[in-house]
Amino acid sequence: MNFVVPDFYPAAAEIFVAVMALVIMLASTFARSIARTLAYYATQFTLIAAAFVTIYTMQGEPVYTFSNLFISDLMGSFLKLMIYFSTAIALLYGRAYLADRKIDKPEYYLLALLMTLGMMVMVTANHMLPMYIGLEMMSLALYTMVAFDRDSARSTEAAMKYFVLGALASGLLLYGMSMIYGATGSLEFSAIAQAVYNQAANQTVLMFGLVFLVAGICFKLGVVPFHMWVPDVYQGAPTAVTLMISTAPKLAAFAMAVRLLIWALFDIAEEWQGMLMLVAVASIVLGNLAAIAQQNIKRMLAYSGISHMGFMLLGLLSGVVDGDRHFALNAYSSAMFYAVSYVIMSLASFGMLILLSRAGFDAENIDDFKGLNKRSPWFALMMLFVMFSMAGIPFFIGFFAKLSVLQAVVAAGYFWLAVVAVLMSVAGAFYYLRVVKVMYFDAPDDEAPIHAPAEVRVMLSANGIAIAALGLAPQMLMSLCAYALLGSL
Amino acid sequence: MEFKTFVFYFLAVIMVFAALRVITARNPVHAALFLVLTFFNAGGIWLLLQAEFLAITLVMVYVGAVMVLFLFVVMMLDINLDRIREGFWSYLPVGALVGILMLIEMVMVLGGSYFGLEAMPAPPAAGEGYSNTRELGRVLYTDYVYPFELASLVLLVAMVAAVALTLRKRKGIKGIPASEQVAVKREGRVELVKMQAEKED
Repeated sequence: MNFVVPDFYPAAAEIFVAVMALVIMLASTFARSIARTLAYYATQFTLIAAAFVTIYTMQGEPVYTFSNLFISDLMGSFLKLMIYFSTAIALLYGRAYLADRKIDKPEYYLLALLMTLGMMVMVTANHMLPMYIGLEMMSLALYTMVAFDRDSARSTEAAMKYFVLGALASGLLLYGMSMIYGATGSLEFSAIAQAVYNQAANQTVLMFGLVFLVAGICFKLGVVPFHMWVPDVYQGAPTAVTLMISTAPKLAAFAMAVRLLIWALFDIAEEWQGMLMLVAVASIVLGNLAAIAQQNIKRMLAYSGISHMGFMLLGLLSGVVDGDRHFALNAYSSAMFYAVSYVIMSLASFGMLILLSRAGFDAENIDDFKGLNKRSPWFALMMLFVMFSMAGIPFFIGFFAKLSVLQAVVAAGYFWLAVVAVLMSVAGAFYYLRVVKVMYFDAPDDEAPIHAPAEVRVMLSANGIAIAALGLAPQMLMSLCAYALLGSL
Repeated sequence: MEFKTFVFYFLAVIMVFAALRVITARNPVHAALFLVLTFFNAGGIWLLLQAEFLAITLVMVYVGAVMVLFLFVVMMLDINLDRIREGFWSYLPVGALVGILMLIEMVMVLGGSYFGLEAMPAPPAAGEGYSNTRELGRVLYTDYVYPFELASLVLLVAMVAAVALTLRKRKGIKGIPASEQVAVKREGRVELVKMQAEKED
């Protein structure tokens, strides 16, 4: 009965966001007439203020609190900052789009904030329980946001698919967690790592649990063979929500993979690296080849997202070679760099789709980009940046992301893996460049001027320029990733 | 065979049978009722493990609340069984293959050799006056207060989601806004009009 009140200080950002979510809910209930505007600005304020709180409470050494259920470390803080940043930008891009479709209800912003909280909990979890609860909080909010356009049969169908498959994946993940609990006798990551290190855990049961755990993680990342939901959900969801799904949750899923596989199960790294290798190769091959056949650009970006996540896994799987952990830091920081760069590119690509959409019209086919250069040379240039960067053409951020991951793979000695990845990205360059070709060399079908709020234009331009600028100076972001991981490993 | 072992196998066999019937029953109402039976048996097995609080909660929450609600929903929906069964035979080979492989693996791993009494000895019996309920309450509000609070927020998400997705304000319906109804004053309700009495011709 000797219970000490936990230290709330390291969890200040989580507590702040949770309290603000409740405040926003109550405030928009009572101030009905201005609820939409209020909820939007209050959510943006919360995200920005949470970033300051996170920076202010950040500590160099990992700090545990809430009976070791919560960990505050540099990796967590860095990923949390990226999550606020991408959610805030996604909300900014999506606002006018949602308003045009009359689905910009205050609940949307509330759910976005609670989704952010779920991701923060995942990122800072040091125990299976908060990890799972954070995942559910994030997923439930996302399922709802996909279905937010209630009168659209496509959105409802996408939400239903996402929900059913997501529930199945959660079941797999929970089953894996329970098996790992059975093998190691603990749910806390450091205790699991200790038990695995001491070989106190039963290897067969551990492997059995690991398979389910990896399956659950792969579903959340959306990689082959757990990718079936990705194209349908990306296409069916309103573009503003697709933007949301394809950005911050990928960072949360990355954090989940790092915490579960590297924090807890590092001593059986060679086992899960083998599994991830199959998954990564299948994702890169299938993602790139299937994207070529797509006419719908949302589906194309979905398949490209599958292949990007496969690339990200390449970094995670080349940490340990024959028991040698020399490359671990380099490999994991390259994976993190890849995840962060993908989020930046994904924000800009779906942001462009939102820019081209207007009331009653959704830009979602590659043909909608026809002759964009004539309609708006500046945004055609921005889209060119995004597509070149995603294709991995030199001197954009995507190139350095691919390069650092491939360096890690080659350092780990998987030469053939690097060859497959490079060949497939060359195949993938085809569909990215097709968009560029359509923009610059085809005559526009649709001469309507682009009309979007000024803040979207400014932000999107900044986003596109960031892709180019970070490509010219990738070292900064790369060393930030390495530093964040170094402080946590 | 000890009596407890007998009770365990008795409950377990019924549970497995009921669980199978949940997915094979043609009638959704029957399936839901079999799920109730499954929960009852799971509750019984938890009682055998001396987790009486969890067993009673399972019966009260799942059987008493969730499943009753579920039955209502099933009865309200017009489920077309033939549509659901479409494609059953074409998916069966792949599904059955994966299912059987997983079953074999699970039998091999979850069998006695890894989870038997030798591998996992039974925990020492709890002392006199030990209360499961109190212990659960204690850890829930101390060590596990963080996930406990988070779980409440997950429920909030579910609630907001349900309201946001289903609440529709239709125009032109003949409802009465409760707030206006409560706020009504005497003056607004009755208006006395003074007028001359009319004479009958």
